[in-house]
Amino acid sequence: MDLIIEGIAKAIALIVTLDPEVLNITWLSLKVSGCATLISLFLGISFGTMLALADFPGKRLLVSIVNTGMGLPPVVVGLFVTIFLWRNGPLGFLEILYTPGAMILAQAIIATPIVTGITVASIQNLPANLKLQILALGASRGQMVWMLIKEARLPLLAGVMAGFGGVISEVGASIMVGGNIKGYSRVLTTATVMEAGRGNFDVAIALSLILLLLCFAINYLLTRIQQRERPR
Amino acid sequence: MNRFKKMWCAVVVVLTFIVGAASLAAAAPKALILATTTSTQDSGLLDVLIPAFEKQSGYFVKTIAVGSGQAMAMGKKGEADVLLVHSPDDEKKFMVEGFGVNRRLVMHNDFVIVGPPNDPAKLRGTKTSAEAVKKIAHSGSLFLSRGDNSGTHAKEKKLWKAAGINAEGQKWYQQTGLGMGETLNVAAEKKGYALTDRGTYLALIKRLRLEILVEGDPSLLNVYHVIEVNPVKWSKVNVAGAKAFADFMVSQKVQKIIGTFGVDKFGAPLFFPDAGKKPETLGL
Repeated sequence: MDLIIEGIAKAIALIVTLDPEVLNITWLSLKVSGCATLISLFLGISFGTMLALADFPGKRLLVSIVNTGMGLPPVVVGLFVTIFLWRNGPLGFLEILYTPGAMILAQAIIATPIVTGITVASIQNLPANLKLQILALGASRGQMVWMLIKEARLPLLAGVMAGFGGVISEVGASIMVGGNIKGYSRVLTTATVMEAGRGNFDVAIALSLILLLLCFAINYLLTRIQQRERPR
Repeated sequence: MNRFKKMWCAVVVVLTFIVGAASLAAAAPKALILATTTSTQDSGLLDVLIPAFEKQSGYFVKTIAVGSGQAMAMGKKGEADVLLVHSPDDEKKFMVEGFGVNRRLVMHNDFVIVGPPNDPAKLRGTKTSAEAVKKIAHSGSLFLSRGDNSGTHAKEKKLWKAAGINAEGQKWYQQTGLGMGETLNVAAEKKGYALTDRGTYLALIKRLRLEILVEGDPSLLNVYHVIEVNPVKWSKVNVAGAKAFADFMVSQKVQKIIGTFGVDKFGAPLFFPDAGKKPETLGL
C-alpha cells in the first residue's frame, strides 16, 4: 500500500515539476501513437468502407480476416516489422529500425485492422435504403460514399478511440522496433517496463498514472464530441 | 469516385512523407547500434557513458539492451555495430567464427548468489559456488534462472555443469525468461535463490528482501568485453563508429569514470576498470 501511495506522490511530483524527461516521454508517446492512429484512420476508413459497400466473392472471408486482425498481437507485429526493417532485411534500405518512425509503422499496422473492422460494422449498420436514397437524389458514387462515412461518424469515433487506445497502451511492438532508446524512442509503456525491471516501482507507477491520465483525457475529448453530436 | 481517389492520394502522400521524414531523420546523425546486456543499462552506467561518447564523437548511439546471447546474435546478423557483453565462452566462439574483431577487456565485477534471509538451503558461509549450487539442488530449494541466454544465464549453466547437476526440468528450478532486475524481483517474491551480477543487485537492494549468501569465489568473476562487429560479413556495419566506441570504452578517461561509478550512491564502485590488463591477471 505504501508503494502505491509513494507512486502517486511521485507521479504528482513529476507532473507538477514538469520533469523534462517525463515530459519528453509523454510527448513522444502522444506523437507516435497519434501519427499511427491518423494513418490507420486513412487506411482503415477507406478500406473498411470499400469492404462494406462492395460485393464480391470471398467478402465474408476477408471481413473475417479483418476482424481477426483486430486482435493482432503487438509482439507478433513487432517481430515481423523488426525482421523486415533489419539493415539486411527486405526493407533495410529505409534505415528506420530503432527510430520513432518504425514505431509509427508498427503501431499503424496494429491499429489499421481495428479501424477497418469498426468501419465495416458502422457502415453496414446504416439503414440499407440510405445508399439508394442518396443515389436517387442524384449524388455521384463518390459523394454517396462520403455521405455514408459522414453519417457513420459517431460509431467511427469509437473506432478512433479503440485504435488509439490499442496503440498507446501497447508495449511489445514498441520495445522491439523502437529499442527503448533514452531520449529518442522511449515511450510511456516501454519506460514503465524498464523502470519496473530496475526496481523503481514508484517511477513505474508514476508513468502508468500519467499514461492512464493521457488516455482518459483523449477519450474524454472524443466522447464529448461523440455525445454532443448524437442525433436526437 | 473522385473523393475516393483524393483520399487515396492523401494516404499515399502522407505515407511517403512519413517514411521519407523518418529515413531522413535516421540518416542525419551518424547512428551507431550498441548491443549490450541489461546489467550495463539497469545499473545506470550507460546513462553516464553514452551522452559523454555522443558529445565527444558526434555519433548518435542506439543502445539496445538485451542479454549477451541476443546481443551476439545481433552481431552475427550484422544488425549491431559494437557489442558490450559479459559471456566469455560464447564471446570466444563468436570471435573464432569470425563475427567480431578486436575483442578488448573493459571491466569486471562479480556475480553473487542471493537468496531469502531465512536461507532454507543453508548457503550462508559457503565458500565455493559449486558447493552452493549442490546445496540448493539437494535441499530442493527454489532457484530462479534467467533462462534467456544472457551472460548471467551462461555463467549459471556453467556453475550447474561444474557441480555435475542437471537442473533443467527439475521442479525447484524455474526459468523467468526476463531481465536481471525482473528476475530478482521474482526471486524476492517467491523467496527463491538466484545468481546475479553485483551491480544490478546493489541497484535494486532497497526493494529486495534478498541477501548476498555466496560471494568471492573466483568462479563468480563477471568480465565485460567490447567487441567490434566484423564488417567483412556485413557491409552496412558502421566500422568507424564501432572502433570509436570501443576505443572510448578503454580510454583512460572512461576507465576512471567506470572505476568511480556508483561510489556516491552505494559507497562502493559497481565495476572495476580493466582496460589493457591481461586476462590472466584476473584469473581467466
